[in-house]
Amino acid sequence: MVNYIARRLVNMFVLLALVSVIGFWIIQLPPGSILDVRIRQLQAQGGNMQQSQIDALRARYGVDDPFFVQYWKWISRTLQGDFGTSFETDQAVGDRIWNRLGISIALSVLALLITYVISIPIGVYSATHRYTVPDYVITFFQFLGISIPAFLLALLLLVGATQLWDQPIGGLFSPEYIDAPWSLAKLIDFFKHTWIIVVVLAVTSTAGLTRVMRGNLLDVLNSQYVQTARSKGLKENTVIWKHAVRNSIHPLVMGIGVLLPALIAGDALIATILSLPTIGPMYLDALRNQDIYLAGTLLVMFSALLLIGNLIADLVLAWVDPRVRLE
Amino acid sequence: MATIAQPLPLEKKAKKIEDVGQLPQWKLMVRRFRKSKLSVFALYVLIFFYVVMFLSDFLAPYPHDVLDTNAAFSAPSQIVAGPQGLGIYGVKQELNQELFKWEYTTDPSVFYPIKLFVQGFPYRLFGIIPMDVHLFGLETPPNADPAAPTQRLFLWGADREGRDLFSRVMKGSQISLTLGFIGVLIAVVIGTLVGTSSGYFGGRLDNLIQRLVELVQSFPDLPLFLALAAALPPNVPVIQRFLLITLVIGLIRWTGLSREVRGKVLAFRGSDYTNAAKAAGASDWHIITKHMVPNVMSHVIVVAMLAIPAAIATETALSFLGLGILPPAVSWGLLLRDASTIQAAVTYPWLLIPVGILLVVVLAFNLLGDGVRDAVDPYA
Repeated sequence: MVNYIARRLVNMFVLLALVSVIGFWIIQLPPGSILDVRIRQLQAQGGNMQQSQIDALRARYGVDDPFFVQYWKWISRTLQGDFGTSFETDQAVGDRIWNRLGISIALSVLALLITYVISIPIGVYSATHRYTVPDYVITFFQFLGISIPAFLLALLLLVGATQLWDQPIGGLFSPEYIDAPWSLAKLIDFFKHTWIIVVVLAVTSTAGLTRVMRGNLLDVLNSQYVQTARSKGLKENTVIWKHAVRNSIHPLVMGIGVLLPALIAGDALIATILSLPTIGPMYLDALRNQDIYLAGTLLVMFSALLLIGNLIADLVLAWVDPRVRLE
Repeated sequence: MATIAQPLPLEKKAKKIEDVGQLPQWKLMVRRFRKSKLSVFALYVLIFFYVVMFLSDFLAPYPHDVLDTNAAFSAPSQIVAGPQGLGIYGVKQELNQELFKWEYTTDPSVFYPIKLFVQGFPYRLFGIIPMDVHLFGLETPPNADPAAPTQRLFLWGADREGRDLFSRVMKGSQISLTLGFIGVLIAVVIGTLVGTSSGYFGGRLDNLIQRLVELVQSFPDLPLFLALAAALPPNVPVIQRFLLITLVIGLIRWTGLSREVRGKVLAFRGSDYTNAAKAAGASDWHIITKHMVPNVMSHVIVVAMLAIPAAIATETALSFLGLGILPPAVSWGLLLRDASTIQAAVTYPWLLIPVGILLVVVLAFNLLGDGVRDAVDPYA
């Protein structure tokens, strides 16, 4: 097992290295840089800018360096934990990322938990009551949930919420709580601002997972060991939850690996609509403004989350299923 | 199940089972597909949408990009029955000074009848036949004030620039309904090609391809889409940008399919009929095209059917974020951009109409894909 994890970790670092090169290359592809924007800003504020000043700025940010020099500057600093200074705000990138990443991860994990708590029982019910009216109703909502793009659902919920009650728009906290220490009231205020994002993330991923759970369980319910379990007089609940569900839960476990990074990155659109300061909109802004160091760091970070998520999923799978462990 | 009281269904059923062995497989598939009523319905819905798309220039009463400051945020026109059939009353624009919002009042003295097959802006039907007849439009009555701005019919209201939303949705369908399709087509071609060769030839080639797939899959979907879309040159003709976006979708989506195809081909490679073909002296090319590809095709089609709605949604999301289709071209995602601020969506709810349309199309594709998935395995 240790051997296996070690091999996976080595593989992961090789992939991450390649991802960082390719990702950085894609991100610096568009012509121009945020420096052009900055120079224009400075010109607008202070009138004429000397060519020497512009040259000095260009040298400072290294925008004229060849690709691999830029890449090396960026990656060597990143590996030392120095995420650089954002072109756009002159703020340390690290602080901005950690603040937002923490919130994004908290919201995504919450959505993930809700997803599992809802989709497993519903999937089981739907499979054990196949072709009944509740199953059809569940199926209908599943298709609706799969079909509706997350950001549209967010928009519709937001419209509905503002019509029905006083839904706060934008930001994570009301002004009076921004600098306040954490308290129950602040937590409630936080959820008032962010419930839509959690609901949307949970609804869209629940729909898919319920469908998968139903399909798998249906396959397993036909197998002979389930018949055996029934025929030796076990209670139906035991048959389903102890014998059938345990063997049909693999894809849900595998899903952790894909879902977590998908949720964290997927909030880009939703958070844009809700004007929430999470990591997604930050990535978008960085891309739009050609803030290559920030965008590159975020892209690699998303990939790292995906790979770590996959690793965790495999380990959990080995823990759940002894057959995987033996291989 | 059948009793003596109902002999007929039993006979019928027996007959149906009897001819299963004689029918070609595709007929069995069609028969199976027909059984899932919801999928058949979804198919008709989609056919309707694609017919509308092909006729969109004929159905749209106005060009999608004509600005009209006299009609900014016009609500959908109220259609009334008048002396000369259906029509609308003249509309006057006023600025509400308090709310700073355009308001429109109707003037019942002037009646604009809606006529069928009226002349309007020129276009090319199916991109070929030059025409200027449109399905419907407004006729200006003789008693209309000649100084007043031209009255237009807003079936679904107008946007901030006074452009007719109905015409824009029509025009937008040309991009939104084709982009996902072509993107998935590219992904299917690459995925099938790569997956089949990887599985069939195995060895070093397989190893290399699988590492490549692993690398592409190490990037999370959406961030990679966004990064690539941001890297596309913004100042290119609409068609070129359209193709670039389909290419981006295709280049990212092929990996999952190629893995699945590879798995299937690996299983077929060891089967008796492949060995028989090899023993009979068939070339690799023959085995791949005659035995491998047809066998994986049903699976590929299912995956593709379910990938199309996802690709349509991706286009919408990209355009919505301003990284996909750019104005002056129009797609449904771009239309949603207008409705993206909560103020606009609440004050001018008709801007949300494209949301509903998009939802119906994506839902129909998903239902269709589900029916096709059941149908490709007609013996189950």
